[in-house]
Amino acid sequence: MSLKRNERSGRVAYVNARLIDPATGLDGRGGLLTEGEAIADVGIGLFAQGVPEGVIVVDCGGQCLAPGLVDIRVQLREPGNEHKGTIASTGRSAIAGGVTSLVSLPDTKPVIDDMSVVEFVARRARLVGLAKVYTYGAITRGLKGAELAELGMLAEAGALGFTDGVTAIADAQVLRRALSYAATFGLLILERPEEPSLAKGGAMNQGETATRLGLPSIPRAAEVIMVERDIRLVEMTGGRLHLMNLSTAEAVEAVRRAKKRGIEITCDTAPPYFALNEIAVGDYRTFAKLSPPLRSEDDRQAVVAGLADGTIDAITSDDMPQDEDAKRQPFAQAAFGGVGLETLLAVSLELYHNGHLTVPNVLRLLTAAPSNLLGLTAGRLAKGAPADLVVFDPDRAWKVDADLLLSKSKNTPFDGRPVQGRVLRTVVDGRAVFELGSMA
Amino acid sequence: MSKAPKSTAFPHRHLLGIEGLSPDEISLLLDRSEKYVEQNRKADKKQATLRGRTIINLFFEPSTRTQTSFELAGKRLGADVINMSVATSSVRKGETLIDTAMTLNAMHPDVLAVRHPDSGAIKLLSDKVNCAVINGGDGTHEHPTQALLDALTIRRRKGRLEGLLVAICGDVLHSRVARSNIHLLNTMGARVRVIAPRTLVPSSIERLGVEVFHDMRAGLQDCDIVMMLRLQSERMQGNFFPSVREYFHFFGLDYEKLAAAKPDALIMHPGPMNRGVEIDSLVADDFGRSVIREQVEIGVAVRMAVLEILSANIPPPADRNL
Repeated sequence: MSLKRNERSGRVAYVNARLIDPATGLDGRGGLLTEGEAIADVGIGLFAQGVPEGVIVVDCGGQCLAPGLVDIRVQLREPGNEHKGTIASTGRSAIAGGVTSLVSLPDTKPVIDDMSVVEFVARRARLVGLAKVYTYGAITRGLKGAELAELGMLAEAGALGFTDGVTAIADAQVLRRALSYAATFGLLILERPEEPSLAKGGAMNQGETATRLGLPSIPRAAEVIMVERDIRLVEMTGGRLHLMNLSTAEAVEAVRRAKKRGIEITCDTAPPYFALNEIAVGDYRTFAKLSPPLRSEDDRQAVVAGLADGTIDAITSDDMPQDEDAKRQPFAQAAFGGVGLETLLAVSLELYHNGHLTVPNVLRLLTAAPSNLLGLTAGRLAKGAPADLVVFDPDRAWKVDADLLLSKSKNTPFDGRPVQGRVLRTVVDGRAVFELGSMA
Repeated sequence: MSKAPKSTAFPHRHLLGIEGLSPDEISLLLDRSEKYVEQNRKADKKQATLRGRTIINLFFEPSTRTQTSFELAGKRLGADVINMSVATSSVRKGETLIDTAMTLNAMHPDVLAVRHPDSGAIKLLSDKVNCAVINGGDGTHEHPTQALLDALTIRRRKGRLEGLLVAICGDVLHSRVARSNIHLLNTMGARVRVIAPRTLVPSSIERLGVEVFHDMRAGLQDCDIVMMLRLQSERMQGNFFPSVREYFHFFGLDYEKLAAAKPDALIMHPGPMNRGVEIDSLVADDFGRSVIREQVEIGVAVRMAVLEILSANIPPPADRNL
């Protein structure tokens, strides 16, 4: 892979592109000029009269040029679990997937509940210099669900929002206080809704497949109960809440109704929940052991419908690296989670290929929408915006092969899946950090 | 049924709260307090106004300044003052409270000054006795003599209450001082703001006639009075804020935040202060602007005035009914 880190000073013209800017609805033939780290010009018909002297030209060959993807749910394994992944390995994985900004959950060791850890991750990510790395802060100290972390000071240090990561806050009073306290400073609380007592010990979705396989299960109600509770807490406190990883029909419906009532709530989902169902567990495939668990086909279709009608605001990769030892276990003992950065765009484009969404609408869920949720400037093709770009072919077919992933951990639930849509080039702050085919 | 009170200017047997008092009644109490401020600065502070009267300080919650203040006030007016500090049993609080009240009442006190950790407990007690009752602080409900002494402190410094912009900052949720002050200042025509993290603002507080802010600099803008509240950790169930460090960073009064208020804004605190938590030591001890000691001084005068006025309304024990 050629990482042209020094290509930062000059001007680069991207010509012969299908420009897609979901933030403005722009979709058409045109060009884009970057100067240093920012977008200097963009538009339909740009460079029709030719490219000025002294500008490096990149011919996009008629392929899509869009803002780089903004992935708001990634689990960094550094610090603390470097055998599963590092900031560098996650960064390589991100740029190969067209992701130029990512936000990490605070479930590192040490937990991101202290300003020094926010600063550590930021400094390491700057040194690595691939995708832009942001972090969430923990809502509670040590992710224990009891005492509030220093949300105000963590936000001043750069935390973009607050979540207890893979666990929901079981104690309603604690979440109530967190929402209320965070609202003091206008901060966003994020929660992966799952009632811990109902999920405890479960390995997959409750239903026929779990019964046939003889696996302990997690009922859909575990998610729905938490979503309904959280909606009430938002209503009561006036806080802002974003629900992550929705996987059930009823949870999507609950959010739909809450939004209709004008409640400040947003949500996302991840590719496994609109592209796979519990059948993927098949013969105890631990790569399909995810949290929340893969659900029924009805749930999957409801998630697709939620994406299509705007109930679900964003798509994340939910990239959760696990090493082989953690996955090569009896199903009930294997770790939860799958990597997702490198398959994020291709699997999301299934929504387009299957006729549910247009390409710009798929991209909006991956760029402008998540960026806006967290108040980032990324995710748009606008003059002056950071030159974070992705060039991709929405139709090119390829097959996911876990062994060919650039991530350190290879635990993808999509191993062997034929997909369409390939990232050709990824640009961060005007620098080409990834080019397909120049991979070693 | 009690007999009709003597005073028509202050037609109440008890002082249970500020809520419901008229501007005239509040002004009467403040005006009467003024003369005691002067008297307390003399060598001979003692009068015979309440000679022969009995005052019992009944404190179900620990207190230094309020209890001492009531005791001094009673003694300077010539009354006999008894202090009773009652250890509370959290289990049978109601029963104990009423029993204690009935017992004391049988000894014919003229005034009971009572503090209790439960909101409403002093109202309950006042229904069971035939003397006058002063609320010395009930739970998170009211602390009327504190609001009166705050008002007099302000009035003496600023010459008025009407039209002033007052910011009450900090743990409003657990503060009886804040509630009494909000009622008093609104009644007297001041404008009141509260500034606190959302976790420490009681719901619907706007309905009490205040503007709510969650940012010190924004809330202190153009204020004449900055009233700090003590962070009442002992009343907190669960965590309302992450740490003292963060609380002080965003809500502690230091010179930087104070700069938003008017240059001649007064700094007040009902005490006891948590230095470095809700107030920076330098600010608290800035005697050009901090009137925290003056509040304590004026507190004695205000309690003298209240004792005098309520005692005048109380008939002799032989004429009392219950």
